[in-house]
Amino acid sequence: MQFPGEHSAHGPAGPQALLLDRLGDLLYGIAAVVFVLVVTALLVAAFRRRPNGEGMDDPARERRMAMAVASAAGATVATLVAVLFLSFGSGKRLTGTPPPDAIQIRVTGRQWFWDVEYRDSLPSRWATTANEIHVPVGRPVVFQLRSTDVIHSFWVPNLGVKRDMIPGQETSIWFQADTPGVYRGQCAEFCGYQHAKMSFLVVAEPPDRFAVWLDRQRDTARTPTDSLARRGQEVFLASTCVMCHAIQGTPAGSRVGPNLTHLASRRTIAAGTLPNTRGHLAGWIIDPQQIKPGVRMPPNALAPDDLQALLAYLESLR
Amino acid sequence: MSSRFPSRRRALVVALALVAGLGCERETRRFREVPPTAMPDASLRLSSINPGPPVPDVPSRSGYVENAYAVSEGKRLFAQFNCVGCHAQGGGAMGPPLMDDEWIYGAEPQNIFATIVQGRPNGMPAYGPRLATSQVWQLAAYIRSMSGRVRKDVAPGRADAMQATAQEQATTEQRPVESTTPPNSERP
Repeated sequence: MQFPGEHSAHGPAGPQALLLDRLGDLLYGIAAVVFVLVVTALLVAAFRRRPNGEGMDDPARERRMAMAVASAAGATVATLVAVLFLSFGSGKRLTGTPPPDAIQIRVTGRQWFWDVEYRDSLPSRWATTANEIHVPVGRPVVFQLRSTDVIHSFWVPNLGVKRDMIPGQETSIWFQADTPGVYRGQCAEFCGYQHAKMSFLVVAEPPDRFAVWLDRQRDTARTPTDSLARRGQEVFLASTCVMCHAIQGTPAGSRVGPNLTHLASRRTIAAGTLPNTRGHLAGWIIDPQQIKPGVRMPPNALAPDDLQALLAYLESLR
Repeated sequence: MSSRFPSRRRALVVALALVAGLGCERETRRFREVPPTAMPDASLRLSSINPGPPVPDVPSRSGYVENAYAVSEGKRLFAQFNCVGCHAQGGGAMGPPLMDDEWIYGAEPQNIFATIVQGRPNGMPAYGPRLATSQVWQLAAYIRSMSGRVRKDVAPGRADAMQATAQEQATTEQRPVESTTPPNSERP
């Protein structure tokens, strides 16, 4: 499996990102033209032959100089005002009211992962996941952003959205993804020791596949059928895991750490730090502090048999 | 002659600055918890009496008990693991208060550790298998701070969240009472 770990603000995948990308290109172009003009004028002035003080008090020359300075200042003001309106107009289109048929997703920034909730008019149909946000292609998505500890910032460069998540205050932003794909998002406001390893994935997929995914996420976890995974569930419920993680359909309901109900369906673990494979998961459970020093998850003392059973159980949480 | 005095004074200023700079060293924060073995904490001693020659202090707790980071982590865990459900914010409710001077099962860090790990009669569950050793020490460090028994530079000056009342870690030091009878809060 390819580990999706790249993002770029120059690979727009939605209308907002395209708008921002075009605005950026335009500003860059304007700045390049201005730069070339200024440097050319500077070089001409530097290398022009200077007559030795003759004609310096010529009133016609004085008028020409004044005209040149005034027209340069006027051009600068005109350019800046034009850029101001372009920027203001783009900002208005980016942050305008979202269309009423938008999907609502609630994302909570935590040190150092993302809690993702798909709400519904029926609370029994709420789906909770972490660090992986699925969205349908071609439909606007509104993100309600909040934080429970410090200020984080929700940023998906390819989709052109960035908004701070502030404790005690809900902010929101919306975007639309037009091209299917997996886009990496990243916390963009320094939030502590593991800020750099606080990323997530946005998976934009066709609406029918998105509906299937969301239905699965709304489900409770399946009760394991084979004996090893059943033993793994017992290990989960009797060890340190249960103090922080929730798995719907089991007594585990703590909301301290990421929700693990459908852990095996995710592409990464530890907020986009590692690919979700058995080996990485085992290393993460035994000693997360080696991979992400300072992370809230403690090292876990599990006997080898218990660990294997636990891994089998976690892999069954599709 | 005249240049000797200022140079000596300058040297003195530099020396003072060095002393001040070196004296300001903060406690070391433990950025990475060491993975425990699958064995229980064998070094846990509940009393100062031990067979044979005197043994040095328990090494596993030394990084936590007088450590500001451990105290603040303990405070976070105290709320997240719902200790507040029975002990409130230290004032006690269903469970005994933790910010006073009465200790039923011992007031030392290792006593608090054992109480959390083993559980106690009349309602305190045994959290042994469900908590990592580091977390129990962090909780013990915080619980000690609630009765004002950590150094002033370890206890925080204020709480992170807004609080209507004075914060529990600002309690003046409560010297533990040694008693063999249950304290008032535990009597029927």
